[in-house]
Amino acid sequence: MFKYSFQWRPVLQALPEMLWGAVVTMQIALIAMAIGIVVGVAIALGRRSANGIVRSLSTGWVEIARNTPALLQIYMVYFGLGTLGVRVDSFYALLAGIAFNNAGYLAETFRGGFAGVPETQFRASRSLGMSAFQTMGYIILPQMFRLVFHAMTNQMVWSILMTSLGVVVGLTTDLTGVVQQLNVRTFRTFEYFLVAACLYFLIAKVVTVAARILAWRLFRY
Amino acid sequence: MIEVSDVRKSFGKLEVLKGINLTVKKGEVLSMIGGSGSGKSTMLMCINGLEPIQSGRIVVDGIDVHAKSTDLNHLRKRIGIVFQQWNAFPHLTVLENVMLAPRKVLKKNRQEAEQIAVRHLKHVGLGEKLKVFPSRLSGGQQQRMAIARALAMSPDYMLFDEVTSALDPQLVGEVLDTMRMLSKEGMTMIVVTHEMRFAREVSDRVAYFHQGKIHEIGSPEQIFGSPNQPETANFLKSVHGA
Amino acid sequence: MFASPLRWNDVWLMLQGAGVTLSLTFWAVLGGTLLGLILGVVRPSSRWWVSAMIGFVLDIFRSVPLLIQLVLVNSFNSIVGLRLPVFTVACVALALYTAAYCAEVVRSGVLAVPLTTRRAARSLGMSWWQDITSIVLPMGMRVMLPTWIGLTLGVMKDTALVLWIGVAELLKTSQSIITRTQEPLLVLAIAGLIYFVISYPIARAGMRLEKKWNTQ
Repeated sequence: MFKYSFQWRPVLQALPEMLWGAVVTMQIALIAMAIGIVVGVAIALGRRSANGIVRSLSTGWVEIARNTPALLQIYMVYFGLGTLGVRVDSFYALLAGIAFNNAGYLAETFRGGFAGVPETQFRASRSLGMSAFQTMGYIILPQMFRLVFHAMTNQMVWSILMTSLGVVVGLTTDLTGVVQQLNVRTFRTFEYFLVAACLYFLIAKVVTVAARILAWRLFRY
Repeated sequence: MIEVSDVRKSFGKLEVLKGINLTVKKGEVLSMIGGSGSGKSTMLMCINGLEPIQSGRIVVDGIDVHAKSTDLNHLRKRIGIVFQQWNAFPHLTVLENVMLAPRKVLKKNRQEAEQIAVRHLKHVGLGEKLKVFPSRLSGGQQQRMAIARALAMSPDYMLFDEVTSALDPQLVGEVLDTMRMLSKEGMTMIVVTHEMRFAREVSDRVAYFHQGKIHEIGSPEQIFGSPNQPETANFLKSVHGA
Repeated sequence: MFASPLRWNDVWLMLQGAGVTLSLTFWAVLGGTLLGLILGVVRPSSRWWVSAMIGFVLDIFRSVPLLIQLVLVNSFNSIVGLRLPVFTVACVALALYTAAYCAEVVRSGVLAVPLTTRRAARSLGMSWWQDITSIVLPMGMRVMLPTWIGLTLGVMKDTALVLWIGVAELLKTSQSIITRTQEPLLVLAIAGLIYFVISYPIARAGMRLEKKWNTQ
């Protein structure tokens, strides 16, 4: 059945290279997540805005992000913006695409989270003389983030998995990109990608555990 | 001094305040009683600008609360309010709950804010609970914490909106005791309450709200002893504890 | 069309690509749901170590990028010498991936049915199989169906990745049209619109269903 002989030695030798790729993967995922959280909060609030234009733009972002493939969103930045005369390299195209996607999904998550914080909290805070911004920052957001923390952890894992799409627009520095480069040179596809799969699995597990520890530290009430 | 003149307020088509006139002097304790929906709680929300009004004026120490130019955040520093639902901030400890507004609104540094908070928490009998999260407190304790939180801003006025209505009967006493203590210390207070015995004992004046108006106002002895209006008498007869 | 090299014929090609996308989705969801149903039903009532093992394997499928899974299945196909066409390879990989999520959907549906109800069913003399098919699955459906619709749409969008192993679905077709016409923005917008038109109404219907069931 097997005419193929597995060769693991070169794969293990390439491990440091792959680990550097994993670092880039984490970088992209974390930055895209951070942007996604900030923009996601803005969109979630925008959907409750009194301004009709702000409301439609926010809703539009969420629906496009959720109803088209992430890869198409990355293509849009990579190829699409080129038409408008903006040259985007694959790293930033991937980053922007994932951030766009994260923001859309997180906005929907946050919308539910905001609905879960009682209206009376807002009132109580304002009655103490705190401004709307202070109330948002010190009272509403901390409680909202707790309600949706589990969903945010999932989105972070998604964010990591999405970084593998970078290879499709020619990224060579992230984990999948590095592995693909090695693959092109050696054609040991199965071995390299299997090790990559293990690394992704480990990263996802580490992130999940780290998030659990973070939640335990942050939300002691 | 709080001066309310001819205030009208509606929620949509429903007019809940139909021309309220009222003056509360420094150091006075005014109780507002009346059936549910009579407008007394709404009146309270209008005094610190949490609810807008449609016409009339509310002036607190010369500041028109509902004027466009009024800095409500600034005004609210001077008017403390405690609500019926215990509005503890669940993600902050008891101490942090009380420290937050002095730090962020009054711009006190951490040490000062902590001193203020500890003082007020001890005052309401929560000196042992500083590091505890509100979820570990009873309703009565949470309500006393809310009082300390309002007091930490050194307000000139305190508004109480049915603060004992959501409490188990055995917890009502400790909150009323705290309010009694404040009134003895000379705090100016407006108290919306269903506790008639408390209103009678603590207030300088009692206002009976009926259908969006102050139907009758007078000393507790007069209102509870010999009400002039038949509606007042009927209401008092209908509530337990009068 | 639009005074550009894009022809109506290209749009027709893209719609054919969308057909491939839908057929990939169909097979992946069909296979994934069957496998997921079996695993999701078996898991809660199996020994703890069997359940833990199934859980671990499913977790792997959910924690490794789909792109990597596609490459692995594709390369496994050629190593073993199965010589399956790439379309089939794509369907198999997508189905395994779908099953990993579907098993979780089914499990939460099964666990949502109160144990007392199941005991009552068993005490009436129903067999395990009768209990599952006439009590658990119908009752768990309320929990499962809205999530399952979301999963199906998720898989539909994820099929775009199979362009990497050379299946000419909607996005791959669009890409080749872009190479010829040099009109990326327009072509991608049309492709996006096609995905959106498929996904949005179903997503809305799913949400309405969920809301309706939650309020009952």
